Amino acid sequence: MSSVSSSVRHSGERGAASQPLIRIDGVTKVYRTADGPVESLKPLTFDLHAGEFIAIVGPSGCGKSTLLKLVAGLLTVTDGEIRVEGKPVHGPPDNVGIVFQSPVLLAWRNVLENVLLQIEMRRLSRAEYLPKAQALLAMTGLQDFGAKFPWELSGGMQQRTAICRALVHDPSVLLMDEPFGALDAMTRERMNLELQRIWYETKKTVMLITHSIPEAVFLADRVLVMTERPGSIAAIYDVNLPRPRSLAMMGDPEFVKLAQTIRGHFYAQGSLDA
Amino acid sequence: MKASLGSRILYSAWARPILLIALLLVIWELVIVVFRIPPYLIPAPLDVVKQLVLEWPKLFRESLMTTYATLGGFGLSILFGIPMALLIAYSRTTESFVYPLLVFSQSVPKVAIAPLFVVWFGFGITPKIISAFLLGFFPIVVSTVVGFKSVEREMLDLAHSMKATKLQIFMRISLPHALPSIFAGLKVSVTLAVVGAVVGEFVGSNSGIGYVLQIANGNFDLPLMFAALTVLSLIGVLLFAAVDLVEKLMIPWHASHRTEFHATA
Ligand SMILES: Nc1ncnc2c1ncn2[C@@H]1O[C@H](COP(=O)(O)OP(=O)(O)O)[C@@H](O)[C@H]1O
Ligand SMILES: [Mg+2]
Repeated sequence: MSSVSSSVRHSGERGAASQPLIRIDGVTKVYRTADGPVESLKPLTFDLHAGEFIAIVGPSGCGKSTLLKLVAGLLTVTDGEIRVEGKPVHGPPDNVGIVFQSPVLLAWRNVLENVLLQIEMRRLSRAEYLPKAQALLAMTGLQDFGAKFPWELSGGMQQRTAICRALVHDPSVLLMDEPFGALDAMTRERMNLELQRIWYETKKTVMLITHSIPEAVFLADRVLVMTERPGSIAAIYDVNLPRPRSLAMMGDPEFVKLAQTIRGHFYAQGSLDA
Repeated sequence: MKASLGSRILYSAWARPILLIALLLVIWELVIVVFRIPPYLIPAPLDVVKQLVLEWPKLFRESLMTTYATLGGFGLSILFGIPMALLIAYSRTTESFVYPLLVFSQSVPKVAIAPLFVVWFGFGITPKIISAFLLGFFPIVVSTVVGFKSVEREMLDLAHSMKATKLQIFMRISLPHALPSIFAGLKVSVTLAVVGAVVGEFVGSNSGIGYVLQIANGNFDLPLMFAALTVLSLIGVLLFAAVDLVEKLMIPWHASHRTEFHATA
């Protein structure tokens, strides 16, 4: 558990300089179901700083999606508190964008209109955000696809559209729940590079849930490892690899060592989501 | 693409069923000639066509009556079916009370209770409309419920994360999502409504194709019967095509229309 204390020191250093952007404080979640309560998260406490990229890995059903939905205000905490930019989360906050495993694009809207759905739903000014949407499409290489419909796009392009939609209202936080889980390995690697670049250019605070350990290590500043359900923090690892990272770095001894250490948690506990 | 006129006709959507019908007519005629089937069992196609032409003014007039009753019943099915489906899709309580009853009601043979409508509503168009409504109602309810209930959980989560209101979610997500399913139900409904109208005409009416069928049957006028059946099928096909057209206009994005859509978009 030395890694946990090292991360505490890490956030302590930064905490003096800046308020954490997301504060998760003693959060638990118990689902009330017809078959009785399902304890999904044990008390969970950690902070995310502005501009930080955190990846969360853990066994299937340990409560990763639950945690993400709590931060997104889609579920209410059973106990504890979540604050985003200092404000307690009660219902979906303004400054969050979400990407799910499936791109959930509307079949009857073209790419640009799918991105602008965020603006429409939030009753923001279309005129004001149209250039922003177009800039995001250009940044993700979709500038020529704005008028295409979802079924005309590849899986990777659909997910890039979903990312643009999550970013178009310029939120400070980007939440991603296994966003590349449905893509083939090659596309996935390309999307990892792309996400790193998007994060670099937009300076968002990212919380990425993934079941790929290499993906977590490749992208994140810190990797949070969760235990089996009810999920709690098993360890938090700092990733001290230089940025920008290239795919070649996956062969780097430090990368391999960290990935192995993380993998160790799951072989000790049981199996990983995959 | 340079295709010969012959193959172009063969590949066009409307020509194929017509060719098939022509082929079936030829086989029909041949069977009658070869097996010497007497005309009081099966009329020859040519006699049917003759009767169709001869009786056309009457058949056309009566087919209008049937069409009115069908459209009336179909309209009522939409008017009551879609709100009913919305209640079922959005309220667990309504679903648990109403849905089983609705399914149960479908196992009541409507042909058997149709005479009751005559007792209740007389010989006018009303019993026909009710009969058409009873057959057309259920498919609309079922497919509309399916349409609204099949919106993905993640889609709704996404909408909530965008702080969408209930009305926004309904108008921008659920309703368009449900439209293809609703139209599938409408197509089944409109064809069943024709059957319902004719059933209504069978049991108590002095107009409509169902009535013509009754009379022709009584007179052993098989060519007229077959001519009436042809007209009846035509009504069904035309109404189906009309719903299909409205569907194409309203949901050009749907998978079933994509080739056309791609060409025009
Ligand atoms: N709506 C729900 N009702 C009841 N139990 C749920 C619900 N959603 C998730 N769970 C349970 O909570 C646990 C955590 O689920 P989830 O957060 O989806 O896990 P993960 O994303 O890590 O695979 C699982 O055991 C799951 O069965
Ligand atoms: Mg999950």
